[in-house]
Amino acid sequence: MQNPQFPLTRLRMGSFLNPLNSVCPASCLLSLFIPQDRWYSIGDMSAIQKLQAPLSDDDVRSLRAGDQVLISGIVYTARDMAHKRLCEAIDAGEELPFALAGAIVYFVGPTPAPPGRVIGAAGPTTSSRMDPFSPTLIAHGLRAMIGKGYRGPRVREALKKHGAVHLSAIGGAGALLWRHIVAAEVVAYEDLGTEAIRKLQVVDFPAVVAYDCHGASVYERERVTKCK
Amino acid sequence: MRSEIRRTRPSMLTLINRWLLTVVRYIDFEKIVETVESLCLSAAYELPADVLAALERAARRESSPGAAKILNQLIANARIAESERIPLCQDTGLAVVFAECGSQVAVTSGAGERRATLFDAINAGVVAGFAKGYLRMSVVADPLNQRRNTGSNAPAIIHQTIVPGERLKLTVMTKGGGCENKSQFRMFRPTAAGDQIIDWIVDVVASAGADACPPFVVGVGMGGNFELSCLLSKKALCRNLDQRNGDGFYAGLEAELLSQINALGIGPQGLGGDTTALVCAIETAPCHIASLPVAVNIECHSHRHKTAVI
Repeated sequence: MQNPQFPLTRLRMGSFLNPLNSVCPASCLLSLFIPQDRWYSIGDMSAIQKLQAPLSDDDVRSLRAGDQVLISGIVYTARDMAHKRLCEAIDAGEELPFALAGAIVYFVGPTPAPPGRVIGAAGPTTSSRMDPFSPTLIAHGLRAMIGKGYRGPRVREALKKHGAVHLSAIGGAGALLWRHIVAAEVVAYEDLGTEAIRKLQVVDFPAVVAYDCHGASVYERERVTKCK
Repeated sequence: MRSEIRRTRPSMLTLINRWLLTVVRYIDFEKIVETVESLCLSAAYELPADVLAALERAARRESSPGAAKILNQLIANARIAESERIPLCQDTGLAVVFAECGSQVAVTSGAGERRATLFDAINAGVVAGFAKGYLRMSVVADPLNQRRNTGSNAPAIIHQTIVPGERLKLTVMTKGGGCENKSQFRMFRPTAAGDQIIDWIVDVVASAGADACPPFVVGVGMGGNFELSCLLSKKALCRNLDQRNGDGFYAGLEAELLSQINALGIGPQGLGGDTTALVCAIETAPCHIASLPVAVNIECHSHRHKTAVI
């Protein structure tokens, strides 16, 4: 059903009229010169790279925004409350429940493990909620975070300054990612329930490098980041 | 003599009872608990058929191979969840329950001493479902002070409406926090142009971006007042994805919004693509001459809602 008030011409020109253009007119002009299929360059990503945690500085430096990676080894879970406690422990000079040097932290609050399973559904939660805490952890040796979505400018600066990356896993694919977790144990803050820190052993856990340590972002490359 | 009369004629109490049964339909407390429990479980493990079909359609249409790959991974996720009985998403959500209660329905008291209401039955069903299904308890008792987990995922958010009839229709939507966080409300001038409202809605979706797990289902509530527009935006999400607004004007607006949202190019997981939203659904209500309230409720691709009629 065609509505006379919303003609098709606007529809076709959607990208030129999108509200982001009022914030960033350049993106509107740019879109004139870039063929549409080139915007979505995730399809021609380089070969899938295997990563073994904990990460070395070389591992981190070799990663580029847009790279697909498969992570194996130990990753630690932490989300909102655990991050707050970790930063409080650092401020108080206390010992942390796990070594941050080279570590990977996964932003996840899994569902309880059903009988006979090591863990329940375990997909990533929104990374930006950890933005106030991540720079402190990165400064203390954290090398990678796994989450979903955008990171703020302070986190991106910290990634560049200390050499760390932010990885994006498939948000909402809790069952698919569950298959890549082979062992799980609570190592700290058990009172937080799902938000407790867990030590996970993962095998070929799939993710995409969203922000690399050279200042590039998969979202900027894909031209969909908010122009601020 | 007296005992013979009793045997042949029903007692007064029986007569009243019979009359009551013609105007009231009793639904057992336990029946409601069981129904809500099974709705919570199937919502957690089984992606509704209309959502799965929309994802499959989107995967076929995608011009970006990377985006199509992600959509296929989401379809695979739904298959794994169903066969392995692992929740679709670790955020098994806050239970939002729409109860359309027939005016003739009465809830019979539960086994407990207290007289039980429909709301008690629904909450008991949510508690049972989340415990039995090994689902995540994602509710804290107060928002700012202690934020202590209630440990049961109760209380549910319940919206009850009274409709004619003797049936009870229950819809359970388990709503994740990530996408709910990106929902917005705005009061427009009553003289606002359609384009102004479209631009704002598209902007809300753009600012949700990769954070809220695209491709989205975008629920829009228009009209009513401050709280009704927000409720309408959630009700819009309950609709079957293939169903359009019954009014041609608003159906056209839904199509226009969807094409502009998809023209943003955010794509699945925010990594670029043609599919930023699967559907945009609008629900409307009459409103004050001075007002034009608009609410946008963002829903992730793990769009879990199940309905049963008792």
